[in-house]
Amino acid sequence: MRPRPTPENMAKDLSTGYEPMTSVDAITAGLEGVGYISTKQISTAVFLAHGLRKPILIEGPAGVGKTDLAASLSRWLDLPLLRLQCYEGLDEGKALYEWKYGKQLLYTQILKEKLNEVIGDAGSLESSLGKLSSFEDLFFSEQFLESRPLLTAMKQEVGSILLIDEIDKSDEEFEAFLLEVLSDYQVTVPEIGTIAANVPPLVILTSNNVRELGDALKRRCLHLHIGFPDHARERRIVRARVEGLEESLLDQMVSFVQSVRDVDIKKRPSIAETVDWAKTLLLLHATALDETFVRDTLNVLLKHESDIAVIGPEVPKMLREAAAQKPGSRTASGYPDLG
Amino acid sequence: MERPLTNFIRALRSSDVRVSTGEALDAAHTLKLIGYADRSMLKDSLACVLAKSPEEKVTFDELFELYFSRQETASNAEQDQTDSSDNDSSETDASNLVDLMESGDESAISLALEKAAEAAGVDNIRFSTQVAYYAQQMVKQMGGEALQARLLEALQQGGPDGDAEAQRLIDVRRDVTLKARDRAEKAFQVFGAGETQQFRDDYAAEKKLSAIDRSDMERMKRLIAKIAKRLAVKHSRRKRRRNRGQLDVRRTMRANAGFDGVPFNVVWRQKRKDKPKIVVICDVSGSVAQYVRFLLLLLWSMKDVVPDMHAFAFSFRLGSVDEVLEQNDFETAMAKILREYGMGSTSYGQAWSDLKINHEQIIDRRTTLLILGDARSNYGDPRMDLFREFAARAKRVIWLNPEGPGLWGTGDSVIPRYAPFCAQVTHVSTLKDLERAVDEILSAYN
Repeated sequence: MRPRPTPENMAKDLSTGYEPMTSVDAITAGLEGVGYISTKQISTAVFLAHGLRKPILIEGPAGVGKTDLAASLSRWLDLPLLRLQCYEGLDEGKALYEWKYGKQLLYTQILKEKLNEVIGDAGSLESSLGKLSSFEDLFFSEQFLESRPLLTAMKQEVGSILLIDEIDKSDEEFEAFLLEVLSDYQVTVPEIGTIAANVPPLVILTSNNVRELGDALKRRCLHLHIGFPDHARERRIVRARVEGLEESLLDQMVSFVQSVRDVDIKKRPSIAETVDWAKTLLLLHATALDETFVRDTLNVLLKHESDIAVIGPEVPKMLREAAAQKPGSRTASGYPDLG
Repeated sequence: MERPLTNFIRALRSSDVRVSTGEALDAAHTLKLIGYADRSMLKDSLACVLAKSPEEKVTFDELFELYFSRQETASNAEQDQTDSSDNDSSETDASNLVDLMESGDESAISLALEKAAEAAGVDNIRFSTQVAYYAQQMVKQMGGEALQARLLEALQQGGPDGDAEAQRLIDVRRDVTLKARDRAEKAFQVFGAGETQQFRDDYAAEKKLSAIDRSDMERMKRLIAKIAKRLAVKHSRRKRRRNRGQLDVRRTMRANAGFDGVPFNVVWRQKRKDKPKIVVICDVSGSVAQYVRFLLLLLWSMKDVVPDMHAFAFSFRLGSVDEVLEQNDFETAMAKILREYGMGSTSYGQAWSDLKINHEQIIDRRTTLLILGDARSNYGDPRMDLFREFAARAKRVIWLNPEGPGLWGTGDSVIPRYAPFCAQVTHVSTLKDLERAVDEILSAYN
C-alpha cells in the first residue's frame, strides 16, 4: 500500500498545481486577484487544507460564498474544478465510476462471434477455458470504466479542486462511502483494485445543515464556518462584483443590508442578495437610497412575503439609521445565534 | 507532542468538545505549520482543526482565551527570568519567598507560581471544592512551611521587632495564598468546570422529576434541549430502507430498456416509512403536573423533527393546548394551561368523551397516542369503550405513568384496565426515562 499522503512526503512531489499557496497572505492576495474577498479565517483554512492534506467542510448560511471559494481557487490556481452536486439518492454510480455497460455488451457480442477464432485451435475444453479467461480481465478494465467526478479528481496529474456541494443533502450511505476517498485520496474499484491519486485534489465540502453530518466525516475534515460579512468586507465584495456604483450609495446600501440582518426574519439576506440588489440599483440609475425606491426593490433582497411585510414598515427608520451610520462601525454577526 | 497543546486539548474535552486522537495529531501538525508566533492565526487554525460545530466554536473561543492568556504570562515570565539570569528560583526557602513577594516583580512571581502549580499538579483539578486544597499545595511548594516556621519563631520572640516581623510574614503569606488561589481557580475554569457541569447534568438526569425544584429549572431546560437535539439527530435521518428481495418488475424493465431488456440494473421495491405523528394527552391535575411540564418541554423542543404533533390537556374537561404552546414562551404557556385545565377533579372518562366529540379525526393510523397520567379517575366511569376505539384506530398507544408499578391498581387507579390496549405502559420518573420513552416512540417509525 502506498504511504498516506502527508505534508512531508508530498513536499517531495516535483510539480503540483498548489505551489502558489505558500502562506496565508499569499492565499488572500491570490483570491483577491480573481475577485474573491477572503477573510483571515478562510485563508487560514485553505492554507491548512493544503498543508495538512485535509478536506475543508464549510458551513454557513446560503449565499455567503461557500461554493464560490472553490470556483475562485480553481481560477486562481488554474486547476480543473470538479463539482459534485449532492442530492438524495446520489450513489456511487454517479459520483465515482460506472461501467460502460453498452460497450461491455458489444464486447461480449464480438467475443461471441470471434469465439471460434479464439479457441479454434485449442484441442481440449481445459485449454479453451484457459484462453477465454485471459479475456475476462479485459471485460473489467479501465477501458470500460466511465469515470465520474471523484475518480476524475483522483486521476488529475497536477491536482484539482474537488467541490462536493451540499453534502448534507446526500444519504448517509453516501457519506460513509466518501470516507475512503477523503482520508486516503484513493478509490477502490472491486474488479480492478485501488486507484490512488498521484497528487491529491484539494477537497471542499459545503453544507447548509439540512441534517447533522456524521462524526466520522467531521473528524476527517477541517471545519470552517463562514458567516455574514462585516460592513467593510461586504463593501469590498460588492465593489469587486459590481462596477460603477457610487461610493456613497454603496455605503448606504451596505449599512441598510447589515441592519436588515439584525431583524429576526425567516431568511436573512446574504452576500448574493446584496450583490443582486447592487446590480438592480445600478440598472435603475439610482444615486441615493430613498424610501419608495427601497420599497419597490425590496423583493430582490428578501425572498419571503412575510419578511417583506416585517421589513416594509421599518424602511424609513432603517434608512435614516443607515445614512447616519459611520461605515465600519458594525461588527460581523459571526456565529449564528445559539439561543 | 507539545505539552501546552495536549493540556489545551484536555481542557476542550472536559468542556464537551469531542477531540479525537486523529484531530489531536492534526493540531500538532498545524502547530508545526503555523507556529505560536501569530496568536490570532493560531486561534483560527486550531479552531479549524479542533472545533467542528458552531457550538464547539463558541466553547473553543472561550477556552482559547482563558488558556493561552495564562500560557502567555508564564512564557513571558520565563523569558524575563532567563534574560536577567537570576539566581535559581527552584530552591525555595522562606527568605526567597519573602524577597520574591516583596520585590513586586510580577513576572518573577507568576513564573514561580507556574512552577509551583506544575509541581502540585494543579491542572488535574476536577471540582471547585478542590481549589483550596490545590492552593495550599502550591504554597507548600513555594516554601510555605519554612515561612510558617519563621512566623512561629517571630511570634515566640515577641517584642516590637518580633511583632513587626510577624506582621510582615503574615502579609506575605496572605499574598501568596491569594495568588495561589487565583491560579487554582483559573485551572478549575479551564479543566474542571466542564466536568463538574457534566457531573451535575448526569445527576439531574437521574433525579426524580417530582423532586426537582425551581433552582434546577435552568439546568433542566438546558439538559432537555440537549436531549432533544440528540434525539433529533438520531431520528431525522432519512427513512428509506431497501426492501431487498422484492423485485420491482415494471421499473426494472424500464430502467434496462437501453440494454435490450437485459436486466443490468435491478430495481427493488421500496417501502416509504410513515412520518411520525404524535398526539399527547396530559393529565394536568396536581399530582402529575410536574411531569407534564418536562414531557411537553421535551416534545416541543422536537417540533422540527416531528412537525405533526398535537397536545391535549385535561383534568376534568379536555382541550387542545397547541395554540397556547405556540403563541407563548414555554413557562407562560405552562402557567396558562395549568390555570385553564388543572383545577377540575380528574375524570378520564370525561376526557375520552371530549376527545371523541371534539377531536376524533385527529387520531389516524400513523398516530402514536401518548398518554401521561396516573389513571386515577376518582372512581368515575373509565369509558373503556372509547379507549378501546382510540387504541384500535391509532398506530399504537403508549402510557407513561409517573406512579411506580407497585401502586398500579390500588385505590382509584384503573391502569390495569387500560393496559391491555396499550402497546406499552411505562413508569417514568426521571429525565432519562422520558428520553427513553420518546426515543422508543420515534424508533417505531423507522
